[in-house]
Amino acid sequence: MTFELETAANPEGLKRVVIEPVSRVEGHGKVTLLLDDDNRVHQARFHIVEFRGFEKFIQGRPYWEVASIVQRLCGICPVSHNLAASKALDMIVGAQLTPTAEKLRRLMHLGQILQSHALHFYYLASPDLLFGFDSDVAKRNIVGVAAAYPEIAKQGIALRKYGQEVIRITMGKRVHGTGAIPGGVNKNLSLEERNILLKDIDNIIAWSQAAVELIKKVYTGNPEFHNGFGYYKSSFMSLVRKDGAMDLYHGGLRALDEHGQTIFDHVDYGHYWDYIHEEVRPWSYMKFPFIRSRGREEGWYRVGPLARVNNCDFIPTPLAEAERKIFKEFDGGSATQATLAYHWARMIEMLHAAEGIQELLLDGDLQGDDLVSKGEPALRGVGVIEAPRGTLIHHYRVNEDEMVVRANLIVSTTHNNHAMNEAVRQVALQYLDGQQVTEGLLNHIEVAIRAFDPCLSCATHAVGKMPLEVELVDAGGNVIDRLAKNSDGRCDI
Amino acid sequence: MGTFMSKTITIDGQVVPFKEGQTIMDAAMAADVYIPHLCHNPEFTPHGSCKLCTVKVNGRNVASCTMPAVEGQQVLSDTLELNDERLSLTQMLFVEGNHICPSCEKSGNCQLQAVAYYLGMMSPHYNHFYPQREVDASHPDVLLDRNRCIYCELCVRASRDVDGKNVFGLSGRGIGSTLVVNSASGLLGDTNLAATDKAMQVCPTGALLKKRQGFTVPIGQRIFDHHTIKDVQLGDKHE
Ligand code: SF4
Ligand code: FES
Ligand code: NI
Repeated sequence: MTFELETAANPEGLKRVVIEPVSRVEGHGKVTLLLDDDNRVHQARFHIVEFRGFEKFIQGRPYWEVASIVQRLCGICPVSHNLAASKALDMIVGAQLTPTAEKLRRLMHLGQILQSHALHFYYLASPDLLFGFDSDVAKRNIVGVAAAYPEIAKQGIALRKYGQEVIRITMGKRVHGTGAIPGGVNKNLSLEERNILLKDIDNIIAWSQAAVELIKKVYTGNPEFHNGFGYYKSSFMSLVRKDGAMDLYHGGLRALDEHGQTIFDHVDYGHYWDYIHEEVRPWSYMKFPFIRSRGREEGWYRVGPLARVNNCDFIPTPLAEAERKIFKEFDGGSATQATLAYHWARMIEMLHAAEGIQELLLDGDLQGDDLVSKGEPALRGVGVIEAPRGTLIHHYRVNEDEMVVRANLIVSTTHNNHAMNEAVRQVALQYLDGQQVTEGLLNHIEVAIRAFDPCLSCATHAVGKMPLEVELVDAGGNVIDRLAKNSDGRCDI
Repeated sequence: MGTFMSKTITIDGQVVPFKEGQTIMDAAMAADVYIPHLCHNPEFTPHGSCKLCTVKVNGRNVASCTMPAVEGQQVLSDTLELNDERLSLTQMLFVEGNHICPSCEKSGNCQLQAVAYYLGMMSPHYNHFYPQREVDASHPDVLLDRNRCIYCELCVRASRDVDGKNVFGLSGRGIGSTLVVNSASGLLGDTNLAATDKAMQVCPTGALLKKRQGFTVPIGQRIFDHHTIKDVQLGDKHE
């Protein structure tokens, strides 16, 4: 355990290394390392420096605006917010979705998964994985990947574009469209649109398979290193379908502990608060959720691709299911708790998304006209989906005038808050302790955070990337050393 | 039928006929000449408050929606200078209220937004006032979001002149203006407004809306997604 690193015994007299913000994660985060004169790590924290109180902003707005407004939370995963909110609003209008509406939403969602996973793997993660964590920082970016591995870069760009195209066609716009509305969707998929998407789907599946092969080769090429990097064990939480299958759009909540034993299963997320609580800690704006039955100390967990691939009994598409088995069986299951195994699991999910898109495109229900349904209205709605980064909870209360009076959102990155901190502490201990601080070493910390693909944009509810700043500060607050990094990863001193 | 010599004015050099009693705006619209406007709607008595329709007549700025056409008038409308002023007025309307197009359900059907596009507005230019304005959701079928009100008084005129109800009124002046409703509680739910009233069809922005519409019509399938406000407002009269 590395809890002792969360708060140093006596922070006075220690110098502080600040990485702000972490580059190549979306949004604005900051890593603070408190070092003593021998560069021994005394405290390691990953925290969020901005918070925009979105839940407040939505208060007093009519519920039918919500699914559209919440997309503004994040320029990276607007579709996920649109869908989670829409699911909550379905409850408020008392809707039972028509098959056409549900399948169209699933198609949007898989488009988002595909584009998000492709963006993360090729643009953000592959430079580290292909070149090494302390390789030349000037090349450690997508441009460097394109120069060294043009075919891989080309496929990555095409995969992302295809996902965006699915979103554009189903939502009306590439970013911030309006696909899902309370009780359903506002347009179906025409045959022309279907045929456009069907044209490339075989390539998309093939390239997704190539992506799984690539990460598998990299990962298994150096198993001790990849398994051991920032390693720790934890519980996992995700939605699963009634029959235990992976389901990214809908299901019951399942949590398994670090031994794979059930903590809870097939929980109706409409009462998530009976199972999950959120703790506030004074040093971070981001809350720390925990599983109630296990308590504050032991109740933290991981969500996202690794959680989902671990938690499900099977993946309901054949190619991804075969890859899930390989992943689970690799080296006696040693990858299932590894921080860097997130990348591997993410690519298995991308393959599942590609297969799932094909399945949906061949389903005639997508051309149906029965788009919206209504029923007995309610004053409370909870919507949960498995967003690219993990479980996403939207929870609203409305009054008799149909205005939102309360909103609570738990985004994927918040679920992973403790887990990301744990990874930072592990890596700080493994690689930074007693060392001179260099860009390469600091990048190891970022690599650990990046494995989770944190959407700080969501977690902070502020959109936009900022350049990286590394500051070495002594106990008196004086800047001793400074390293600035552009958002493309290049450094100026 | 005897010879009928219609009177004429010119707008930007184009000869435009008019009938006695018509305003410059009336004559322009009848001749398919577009003069940007927001508070004017040919179905109601002109109000002359937004000043977007300002034109130059003999070197003087006048509101074309209220100024009667007079034989021989030489009107300038589509000039760089006047369009610049219209753009500034539109930008001021944006910063005086809280117009958040990306999350507003009227987006694509909103005349304020459409006029802004027509005038080439790229940014609000001025600092936002971010005024505190009340949202009234007390009516079972209608939402009044004062954040988006531009005080055109079209709802006031429609309710008074067509619906015969006098539900709406403007109180205060300038930046202190508020749209008030005619009930002891001050709430819309206590007025006799019905969702089918004419007043519900005239708001150029998203201030007065039927409830529960939201994004039922997708972005991309809305009127100004495919037509400029010029085409829409000139085309109206042919229908
Ligand atoms: S509510 Fe609409 S129609 Fe009425 S004054 Fe305001 S902007 Fe004009
Ligand atoms: S349209 Fe003439 S003043 Fe508003
Ligand atoms: Ni996000």
